[in-house]
Amino acid sequence: MNDRISRALAGIKNRTRSRTFWRGIFSLTVFTLLWELCTYLKAPIIGNVPAPSEVVSTLAVQLHNTYYWLSWKDSMIRIFTGFIIAQIIGVPLGLFLGANDRAREVLFPIFEIMRPVPPLAWVPVSVIFWPSAEMSMIFVTFLGAFFTVVLNIVEGITSIDVRYIRAAHSLGSSRSDIFWRVLLPASLPSVVVGMTVGMGITWAVVVAAEMVASKTGLGYLTWRGYVAGEFPLIVVGMMSIGIAGYFSSALIRLVGSRFTPWLKTR
Amino acid sequence: MSAVSVENGGGKTPRGAISIRAVSKIYDPDGARVLAVDDCSMEIEAGEFCVIVGPSGCGKTTLLNAIAGFHGISAGEIHLDGELLCNSSQVPKPGSDRIVVFQNGALFPWFTVLENITFGPVMQGAASKKDAEEKALHMMGQMGLKGIAHNYPSEISSGMRRRVEIARAMMNDPRVLLLDEPFRAMDALTKTVVHQFLLDVYDRNKTTVFFITHDLDEAIFLGSKVYIMTTRPATIKKVLSVDIPRPRDFRVLASTAYQRLRTECIAAVHEEAVKAFKAGEREM
Repeated sequence: MNDRISRALAGIKNRTRSRTFWRGIFSLTVFTLLWELCTYLKAPIIGNVPAPSEVVSTLAVQLHNTYYWLSWKDSMIRIFTGFIIAQIIGVPLGLFLGANDRAREVLFPIFEIMRPVPPLAWVPVSVIFWPSAEMSMIFVTFLGAFFTVVLNIVEGITSIDVRYIRAAHSLGSSRSDIFWRVLLPASLPSVVVGMTVGMGITWAVVVAAEMVASKTGLGYLTWRGYVAGEFPLIVVGMMSIGIAGYFSSALIRLVGSRFTPWLKTR
Repeated sequence: MSAVSVENGGGKTPRGAISIRAVSKIYDPDGARVLAVDDCSMEIEAGEFCVIVGPSGCGKTTLLNAIAGFHGISAGEIHLDGELLCNSSQVPKPGSDRIVVFQNGALFPWFTVLENITFGPVMQGAASKKDAEEKALHMMGQMGLKGIAHNYPSEISSGMRRRVEIARAMMNDPRVLLLDEPFRAMDALTKTVVHQFLLDVYDRNKTTVFFITHDLDEAIFLGSKVYIMTTRPATIKKVLSVDIPRPRDFRVLASTAYQRLRTECIAAVHEEAVKAFKAGEREM
């Protein structure tokens, strides 16, 4: 009985999901056709953009080009190195600052001042600072994710409802129990949000850093298209960055939902 | 933790007597001294179902928090079973012998129902995880909470959640069950179900209950004694003994004894509500 209801519900869910899916396909198709039409008719401004047909043929060539895939690989390595280091340092630091009032009062002002500085503004300094271009790019990538993650965790912990802490006290929890069983799980949703947002920032940062400081990567690929006058390549680069960003964020969301199973419903 | 375990309840060893003696509480957050509770005294017998009714912001929760051990008091003493719980210099500690069921609920959303219910005994090291789970499942069966052990709180109804929270409290075999407007946000139909549930739990265990509410029907239907508090600073205005025999069910609501008590209660509360209203408080 219960089973049948849940199966029926799943069926409805699937159907709506596929309808949304087809709507998405529809709008993308219309968008591409309009774009093609605009370039064909030499519409103002948009007419200068390479047509989708040119982009597709350039993409087809690029897909057979090892340099193109090397760009993917290099950008991905930079993203994930910076991102993972940001988590390794940022998550424990955020938990510490969130759980320890005094430490937060002492250290948080530094974060408040550093946070509004856009990660991109760090590029020149870090190029001077670090011995290699690679390290400086990883550093700015790290910064992009680091502040978001730390601030989200601190926010997550300090906004925990006091009821949960009181209930845990009443039920006999020690201080460390409260940290591991209340503060940590309660802050996990904010950690996941911080990671997802941080991942988005990371891509923005790495692309810009590659344009300035690198000879590889998807950001450089896009820039090279511009410098060499291969305009379809610019669009291929942009689309590749979009796709790469989308999949990295999806990966974070997937991992995140594994860690926060109680958020799946409703 | 050292509390005597009363496996089958039944009031064999009555415990959970609360003696509130001339308690005052002054809140002084930024120099503005607010007298929340003023010289309030109550003697709550072991195993009594005591209901506190009073205007919003009158200091009911302040008393409850002091008994629970969430904050101290400014003057007076609170004793539990003859032991000093707190006075003006001794800040109380929260303990598993005094469990609170909060107004908006405090089940941990990140734990399943079973993990929530076994949280107390596991934290206190009173039972192994396996034993605690066995006991919890047995208790859930008794309380009509079968089949939800592995659900998260967000997956069950609000009425169910509140029952689970009461079950989580009862797992610790507390001396006092403290309820702070636990059914406030519920619709009338869900309320009748949780009321019956709480009465069943009470009849089975005869644990002392300290229940705060705004709802007069709820107060009389559930309570053995109804304490009506004045508007801030809170003192006891009137104590009603509810002489309706237990076990009770919804038919009580139609009895003449109930109607008489209700009229008496409304008269007393109305006076305070008007005072509170004039003092700029929100409605009752």
